Amino acid sequence: MRDVAVVAFVQTEHSAQPTGFSDIELLAPVITGIKEKTGLNRFGFTCSGSNDYLEGRPFAFVSALETVGAWPPISESHVEMDAAWALYEAWVQLQHGEIDTALVYGFGKSTQNHLREVLTQQLDPYYLAPLGLDQVSLAALQARAYMERSGAKEDDLRAVAARSRASGRDNPFAVHLPEPEDAPYDVAPLRPYDIAPITDGAAAIVLAAGDKARDLCDRPAWIRGIDHRTEAHLPGVRDLTRSEAARLAGEKADAAGVEVAELHAQFSHEELILREALGLGEDVTVNPSGGALSANPMMAAGLVRIGEAAARIHDGSASRTLGHASSGPCLQQNLVCVLSGDN
Amino acid sequence: MPSEAPNHVLEFPGGYTRSVGPVIGRFLTELRDGRLVGVRTAGGKVLVPPLEYDPADGEAVTDEFVEVGPAGTVRTWSWVSRPLKTHPLDRPFAWAMVRMDGADTDLLHALDMGVFEEGADAPKTLKTGMRVRPKWRAERAGAIGDIECFRPEITMITSPTRLEYHLEPGRAMSRFLEGISEGKILGHRCPACGEVIVPMKGLCARDGVATTEEVELPHTGTVTTFAVNNLPDPRAPEVPFVSAYVLLDGAGVPMLGLVSGIPADQVREGMRVKAAWRPREEWGRTMANIKWFEPLDEPDAPYDAIKDFV
Repeated sequence: MRDVAVVAFVQTEHSAQPTGFSDIELLAPVITGIKEKTGLNRFGFTCSGSNDYLEGRPFAFVSALETVGAWPPISESHVEMDAAWALYEAWVQLQHGEIDTALVYGFGKSTQNHLREVLTQQLDPYYLAPLGLDQVSLAALQARAYMERSGAKEDDLRAVAARSRASGRDNPFAVHLPEPEDAPYDVAPLRPYDIAPITDGAAAIVLAAGDKARDLCDRPAWIRGIDHRTEAHLPGVRDLTRSEAARLAGEKADAAGVEVAELHAQFSHEELILREALGLGEDVTVNPSGGALSANPMMAAGLVRIGEAAARIHDGSASRTLGHASSGPCLQQNLVCVLSGDN
Repeated sequence: MPSEAPNHVLEFPGGYTRSVGPVIGRFLTELRDGRLVGVRTAGGKVLVPPLEYDPADGEAVTDEFVEVGPAGTVRTWSWVSRPLKTHPLDRPFAWAMVRMDGADTDLLHALDMGVFEEGADAPKTLKTGMRVRPKWRAERAGAIGDIECFRPEITMITSPTRLEYHLEPGRAMSRFLEGISEGKILGHRCPACGEVIVPMKGLCARDGVATTEEVELPHTGTVTTFAVNNLPDPRAPEVPFVSAYVLLDGAGVPMLGLVSGIPADQVREGMRVKAAWRPREEWGRTMANIKWFEPLDEPDAPYDAIKDFV
């Protein structure tokens, strides 16, 4: 395996309100920022994560390339997933040994659509999408299944939301949300604070290999394990009370022994399911950034988790951290990236 | 998204055409005929709805289709109190994972629990483990929506109860109602114990002797005991309402009436009340002439005054 590290991470100040920026206006300062931070203007490979349905027009990712400066032609790819999966593709490219640097970015605007209905488009087109089944209703099904299996109560979910929001208020890039207040259910058993806020935002990471990483960063966050797993597409054939995909990805990426875990839990119960799947004990600090419950820019929030986990290595506050990303309904897909400051 | 009308719409005019293949196609065809089927995997499991492959190992399924149901069990559910316009029902409903009898996987569909106001909480009867059945559309097209929704199995019925009578009130009660029709409350004094019985029945229940001596009673009295009713009654459609025993001043037995003019949680034993009559033109030979009893601006009666009736 070639040593590959996260050497730089830049994100927007995420917003729960429309910013007035187009997607590329949102993204451009992040790309400019990470070029300044690394001193690089060209990268061996560029990979992005975005979703045309969020913008309501095809090939939105192509116009986003304008922010990168893609002429003369660059080596480029795109995933219609969270940019954490773009990072995985870039990591694989770096493993081939032909290149030493890669730029990864993701962006998404959810304030301009009905996100929970947009995400209906990712469902099975024969059995589920025709029902108009939405993202929050699906998550609520998993929340109940999990609570009934584990004995967790609504207060346990609320505690996750309270802790995430408190941490988020200390994070200048997160949406600053108040203490959870008593509120009627959204889709029961989920209450509004159990659901990640609608968010606009973008993020970028630069990966570099070997000595190039050491040149670019005082304390590179070396990728010591990275793995992603998916479960079946139909929620009805899955055991929704646990996340087998996260468990397996955590095992393959060697999640044991991390001090900090940034989990891409878009609903409070998802954090509890993920903690169990990844075997994170009470001694692990979970989502010091506030997590997705404090800012959930679609297609970037998973990459942000890896960026935040890397930032704890960069600033010397931790030596082994974990970034997690999820995609699909009810934690269908899970990616685990384990980072270490030790080389 | 801002609540005003969209300024951009993404739509495939007329809908997107998809071929369904032999497995999903068979399921949808059976659905159009009003049957729910699953497909058997090589390992013997039954997938509902069917897939072309076994999600456990990716192996192709067999060509054996199995009818499942007609009922299923709810494995987990969520409650939508404010439906989106894209949802299949326009009033609160549940999403449910339903394990059809004979199936090894869950079918996800809407579950109609009845009529609820927008924003209503989930009914207590909605539970994991409950038994449900599909509600079929009369006109079916071969789509998952041929099942309009699921509905709970029948666990309760409402029985009609009605018998018709022509009751004779009896002579004493007729005389009492005659008094009521004239705005008077009449009782009988017992020749043995001397207590006044109201309404009179022509005998004293304590002494077992006939009573005939008429006494007109005042319209004021004391609440001896009461009940707060939360089920509406034709005579008191607004709930909660309070029914009470009122010991009219000078009477030896309390009579039953409604109490109003005061919040239900402030009614108390010993409270002084007076009868509130309907307008005279509405009077008939009926106790309904007295709408209810209302509080009097008097101190409560001491416990001793009602202790024999509590």
